[in-house]
Amino acid sequence: MKGMTLIVKKTTQLIAGLVFLYGIYVVLHGHLTPGGGFAGGVIIAGSFILLTLAYGSDFMKLTREETGTTITENLAILTALLIALAGLIFGAGIFFSNWLPAGKAGELISAGVIPLYNIFIGIEVAASILTIFLALIIFKEEITK
Amino acid sequence: MNPLIPLLVAVPLAGAFLIMILGKFVKDINKYIATLTLMFLVAATLVLMAGTGSDVAVYRLGGWDNINGIPIGIYMVSDGLSGIVLCIINVVGLLSVIYSFTYISRYTSENNYYALFCLMVAGMNGVVLSGDLFNIFVFLEIAAISSYALVAFGVGRTELEATFKYQILGGLASLIILFGIGFIYWRTKTLNMADIREVMGSETGKPLYLLVQMLLLCGFGLKAAVIPFHAWLPDAHSSAPSPISAMLSGVLIKAVGIYVLIRLFFNMFIISNETAVLITTLGTLSMVFGVFLAIGQWDIKRLLAYHSISQMGYVVMSAGMGMILLSKGIKPEVAALAVAGALFHLINHAAFKSLLFLNAGAIEYRTGTRDLKEMGGLAALMPATSSTSLVASMSISGIPPFNGFFSKLIIIIAAIMAKFYLLAVIAVLVSIITLASFLKFQRYAFYNREAANNGNNIREVPFPMVLSMVLLTLFCILLSLIAIPQVRDVVLTPAVNVLIDPHLYTSPILGM
Amino acid sequence: MTVYLLCFILFLVGLYGIITRRNLVKIVISLSIMEFSVFLFLALIGYVEGGSAPIIDPATPGGIYVDPLPQAMVLTAIVIGLATTAMLMSVIIRIYRKYKTLDVREIKNLRG
Repeated sequence: MKGMTLIVKKTTQLIAGLVFLYGIYVVLHGHLTPGGGFAGGVIIAGSFILLTLAYGSDFMKLTREETGTTITENLAILTALLIALAGLIFGAGIFFSNWLPAGKAGELISAGVIPLYNIFIGIEVAASILTIFLALIIFKEEITK
Repeated sequence: MNPLIPLLVAVPLAGAFLIMILGKFVKDINKYIATLTLMFLVAATLVLMAGTGSDVAVYRLGGWDNINGIPIGIYMVSDGLSGIVLCIINVVGLLSVIYSFTYISRYTSENNYYALFCLMVAGMNGVVLSGDLFNIFVFLEIAAISSYALVAFGVGRTELEATFKYQILGGLASLIILFGIGFIYWRTKTLNMADIREVMGSETGKPLYLLVQMLLLCGFGLKAAVIPFHAWLPDAHSSAPSPISAMLSGVLIKAVGIYVLIRLFFNMFIISNETAVLITTLGTLSMVFGVFLAIGQWDIKRLLAYHSISQMGYVVMSAGMGMILLSKGIKPEVAALAVAGALFHLINHAAFKSLLFLNAGAIEYRTGTRDLKEMGGLAALMPATSSTSLVASMSISGIPPFNGFFSKLIIIIAAIMAKFYLLAVIAVLVSIITLASFLKFQRYAFYNREAANNGNNIREVPFPMVLSMVLLTLFCILLSLIAIPQVRDVVLTPAVNVLIDPHLYTSPILGM
Repeated sequence: MTVYLLCFILFLVGLYGIITRRNLVKIVISLSIMEFSVFLFLALIGYVEGGSAPIIDPATPGGIYVDPLPQAMVLTAIVIGLATTAMLMSVIIRIYRKYKTLDVREIKNLRG
């Protein structure tokens, strides 16, 4: 896949990092403000999609990246499931129970395990949306080839 | 609270993710993880059923208890009915995985196959165990999306066409269901099924109540392929790889279609006579039209798929008869018999229809064709496939002493006792046409020696495929034991009681 | 009330598209339109007159909030819709490669 013009490349260079940071902000403040894992994950995936579209990539690199995102996605969601299962062992002994101390409402480190879910779901959503995107351009490359 | 209830959903999910990670690095680990997962699920289901017995077990996720008798949070509920459906899902799932060992090795990307299979099982277990409408919707979508991908697994022309139709109609069904759920939430501000029954109880007969009933009937009817909504089923079920056809026809339409319909209309809605008559009519129509559409088919798997519509018609009709009697408030013991017949036929259909699809897969595996006209004389070449499919064919056509006979007998007796003579006659006639259709299948596939022009390289299928077929044949024979009243009391009666008396279902959830 | 009616009209627009369009991509777009009408309906039923976003601020306790549950439902349904649409689009790409067309009238191997 070919990249785009110099203007697009330069603008992307300026924006992509900010988009990525904003995504991380939304994920980390998921339990305090609107947003959270899903919204933040989509924003993070957006920064990677911007870079791939602007700079282009070759077929081999795309398939390698797709393997990477698939494994990241599955590891992240497996960790989120394990955190839920840990509720069976720690604390009240109930699936999905909040087994960490709740802390003070409104602070960044509070609400027990909910920020952890947000982080792993954010990684999972970013990786899975990137996987879908990569799979679709790999299809397209196969057709044009 | 029994921790096995959430584990029944969490373990297959974890299995699916592990397959996707480890399968990239270790060869052949995918099938072992899938088998172990399904074995755990079968064991867990049996332990859970033995533990709960006739009680209704409620699991409150995250420990959110009722406040003033109002359920908050997500509840999972396990009772007799969900126990039966869980058994069907996990046992057929395990046998299909064993069958897939050799069958699926001719496709690429086995990792994706086993991971999607585990996801589909997780989705169906979730539908059966969840106690609120929205989680039923979510798990139903997990099961449905993985089945869309599995139907398209061969990526040929027919598979892609079938999966496109299936996805559009499945997506439409999901939206109709979501619309119905939205209306219910608007009116009641709750999603818990037991709570909805309490809150909406005074509104029977109002337009909104009827609208919601019709929306959910259309949505889950589309998922269950009841006759006006059946267009996707023959394509999807015949194009999928055979173990998946066995899962779709034997399990998926029951778990996400029939189970939810029965649960909603017995336990969540207060059934009115008109709705009950409508459901019975839909069941009878699918019974009759399904079998007439099946008899002209020459593609084995299409023939079997149309028979699924027809046999599901028996279940819906029998459950509908129970609803009519309950809504009139007469003859509760006949209503119980009709519901028991429906559930018994549901179990039996899972056994013989999965077996028939596995047989069709075995024939396709060796001969490379699904067209009945191109086969013949396979009885001598594939003795195990031939004998197991003979048992299954007799079972589905209702020949004693196989299981299909007893469940159809119970349904017909219930129809006569309820004085629905027309329905009893239709049930007998449909059974005779089914027999004719399966005689044709047996004759052309296994005994028609003149057409046997492909005798050189055909032999019996590999051991794992034979093993799952033989085990399902044993189920076909052993399940007729449920007809004995003592066995029926253990297996069917807890489920029937929960359906006949909704108070048994609602009171443990609401804590009254 | 008008807003609910508009939402229902959007649903019918999507249904009309699914029934009448011949192009596979347009059918998927129509399905998405239907999806969004249902999401809109779910978001509307959670609205409370004069309510604010359902985040409890420790500084100002009390006050009217909109119902957060339909919002959670919509978010979940959006994720599901994303998965369905992605699945459908990849199937369409595969269909295009096999049949060299996107016209439903020419994709008819399965009959009867």
